Amino acid sequence: MSLMDNLKMYFQYPFVRYAMIVGILIALCSSLLGVTLVLKRFSFIGDGLSHVAFGAMAVAGVTGLSNEMILVMPVTILCAVLLLRSGQNAKIKGDAAVAMISVGALAVGYMLMNLFSTSSNISADVCSTLFGATSILTLTLTEVWVCAVLSVIVAAAFLFFYNKIFCVTFDENFARATGIKADVYNLLVAIIIAVIIVLAMNLVGSLLISALIIFPALSSMRVYKSFRAVTICSACLSVFCTAVGILISILSGTPVGSTIVAIDMAAFIIFSLAGAVRR
Amino acid sequence: MAQLSVNNLSLGYDGKEILNGLSFQVTAGSYLCILGENGSGKSTLMRTILGLQSPLSGEVSTGDGLIQNEIGYLPQQTAVQKDFPATVWEIVLSGCQGRCGLRPFYRREEKQLAAENIRRMGITELRNRCYRELSGGQQQRVLLARALCATRKMLLLDEPVSGLDPKVTGEMYRLIDTLNKDGITVIMISHDMEAALRYATHILHIGKTVFFGTKQQYLESSAGKAFTGKEEM
Repeated sequence: MSLMDNLKMYFQYPFVRYAMIVGILIALCSSLLGVTLVLKRFSFIGDGLSHVAFGAMAVAGVTGLSNEMILVMPVTILCAVLLLRSGQNAKIKGDAAVAMISVGALAVGYMLMNLFSTSSNISADVCSTLFGATSILTLTLTEVWVCAVLSVIVAAAFLFFYNKIFCVTFDENFARATGIKADVYNLLVAIIIAVIIVLAMNLVGSLLISALIIFPALSSMRVYKSFRAVTICSACLSVFCTAVGILISILSGTPVGSTIVAIDMAAFIIFSLAGAVRR
Repeated sequence: MAQLSVNNLSLGYDGKEILNGLSFQVTAGSYLCILGENGSGKSTLMRTILGLQSPLSGEVSTGDGLIQNEIGYLPQQTAVQKDFPATVWEIVLSGCQGRCGLRPFYRREEKQLAAENIRRMGITELRNRCYRELSGGQQQRVLLARALCATRKMLLLDEPVSGLDPKVTGEMYRLIDTLNKDGITVIMISHDMEAALRYATHILHIGKTVFFGTKQQYLESSAGKAFTGKEEM
């Protein structure tokens, strides 16, 4: 059987199609804000927040909530707001705060899962939450819709506020001085990141999310020189890498999340070389 | 009526007062230089004027048709900007953002304004170049063009020549002087006594003793004598 036929066969299954749709949407959203996060020196926030989401997921599992999103989303958003706010004038500096919250949430989450778990195979549960494993292939139609709606909202918000986000990212003080409400936009960015992270947990698992956020941005920053080109390129690159990653993982049976991240890394190396040649 | 009035202002941060009872006024078209040692509160004063920070007491008010949001600001460069992927055009245009309100995109007038200010700064040929590849002097011109997009009346410059070589420093000062002659009020923080005395019309010296007055009054005052005397030694 040829490769094409093989793929055609897989795409007859709805769960494969769902995985592809959700994967592409998440890749698009996560790359949009990646540029801003990298430039604001907040690359690690994605990682920290994903651990928070893991902890919240564990709590939701233990308390037997039927829909985990109800708990996970607000908790992650709250932490995102706290972390981005504390950036400038907190007693505990930005990176330390991120590290503290992320390991704390991870530890508490794992402990709760162990203490109260109803499942017989805890390590498999933990592993799938951390690395995504198969959860992207078990999406229901409702989950696909939720993801699609949230993605559209995120992308629309980004487009609508693109110029303001640029202004605040480049020079927050100048933006404030000319009457732009920088705090509002920082808050908006924090909320969007939290939403993306919770969505992306299904795709790559909580340990690998920051790769999805920072790799496309870093890759396109090697080559392109305007903010707009970097943003567009990182969105396209992210979607491309994710699509390729999902296809490879379907065909060769590798874990989805880590395959996508491996492709992102390869793209980064290629872009770095291209950037070096161009200079 | 003054464009900017500072009345009995007390400045500080974390509840510590570093300066109190400061009062001065800036009228349209003047060129005010703010002098003082490191830590005397120059930057805090500037942040307060811009509304980035609230004063411990006293007030800053604008008048004569100037709104606080319409002060063009040339900040010191930040670490974030050193490797920021953005073209000159994108950065200058972002100076118009304050006029946009909630509107998501720029209008044609705003694009024209940005193009005009790029021309005014003599950086038209750099328009599509990447900011991080420019020299220090060129970067300052870009930020100055951006500040001009945000104002037609008043510029606040925070050590505009720090890190520039003597030749570029001279060009920068002449450029600022031209803008002032065109009718834009200039407030500049500086360490550079010589340039301050050459270009400024008014001097504000903050520190242990506070002085505010015209350049001539400053040269005759004890604060000025102490400072200029020290410079010469």
